[in-house]
Amino acid sequence: MKLYYDFHIHSCLSLCAEDDMTPANVAGMASLAQLDTFALTDHQSSKNCPACAFHAGEYGLLFVPGMELCTREEVHVLCLFAETDDALAFTGYVGERLLVHPPAEKRALWRQTIMLPGDVPQGEEPLWLGSAADIGIYETARLVREAGGLAIPAHIDRPSSSLLANLGLYDPGMGFSLCEVTAGCDVKRLLAEHPDVRGLRFIRGSDAHELASIADRRYYLEVEERTPQAVLRALTQT
Amino acid sequence: MTIREMIDRFSLRVEAEGSDGGQTLAGCYIGDLLSRVISRGRPGGVWITIMNNVNVAAVALLADIPCIVLAEGVEPSQELREKCADEGIFLLSSERSAYELAAAFARAQA
Repeated sequence: MKLYYDFHIHSCLSLCAEDDMTPANVAGMASLAQLDTFALTDHQSSKNCPACAFHAGEYGLLFVPGMELCTREEVHVLCLFAETDDALAFTGYVGERLLVHPPAEKRALWRQTIMLPGDVPQGEEPLWLGSAADIGIYETARLVREAGGLAIPAHIDRPSSSLLANLGLYDPGMGFSLCEVTAGCDVKRLLAEHPDVRGLRFIRGSDAHELASIADRRYYLEVEERTPQAVLRALTQT
Repeated sequence: MTIREMIDRFSLRVEAEGSDGGQTLAGCYIGDLLSRVISRGRPGGVWITIMNNVNVAAVALLADIPCIVLAEGVEPSQELREKCADEGIFLLSSERSAYELAAAFARAQA
């Protein structure tokens, strides 16, 4: 069956996302956009995934828990999981490896709100999620696989915070099987400029930081059944 | 050397006006990995970089850096210009390389 997707969406737990990107609003907007499945991928954390999973269920959408990892090289990598518990365990692993801990007096400069179902604020994330994690790009694919997930280099056509911008080229030794490009990416041109990514498959993501940016029903994936496991299998194999 | 003096001597373009051009610069750091800049940048100094996204302003704010110079002809996003102006951080730019700018800075300090 076909599932229309957007696997790159931020919530109010991400520094740079709008405050109205609450888990309930994100799920509601994904439903309005007529998506079948979506992932919540906040920077360095999956802590808003439990609330988002609840609301996705209410709207009848298939939810995929995730995060957007920022590696030591400041390369952004989507990490999608089949189980929310695995995503949360990986969040703990990443949290222990964050490289920057700004002093307490700077705390007022940002908001990183963790929500309970029903958009009830549970509290503010104490770690600074704007930091890179001390995890190298060459170990990322394996680490995420061992944690029960799938790692996908994010927006590789973007001029900053992407694998190609920060590292210059893709090396198959990094072990990824697919990557994400931005909604507006000209893939033909990307392949012409970067023959090194020819072996990779592509998905599109909105990287939505505001509700209106969540992708419309445009990109789909063929899956065997309507489960996060089947989504991950399809992404790994197709 | 103050920020205003550096702008004049190095013929830097002012992309966003900061709050205190009379502030004496306390040093210089070159870097493009934002987490390194936060932990190693010179508070009160100038930061030379080719990164031009809006996070650059947040990093300067966190690291107490009053003055950013974009090297190699890199142009800032409008978002970055506005964010720097809002936060009172000088955002400057130049066609010269980070090495040339830092070397000029070192000569001016001597």
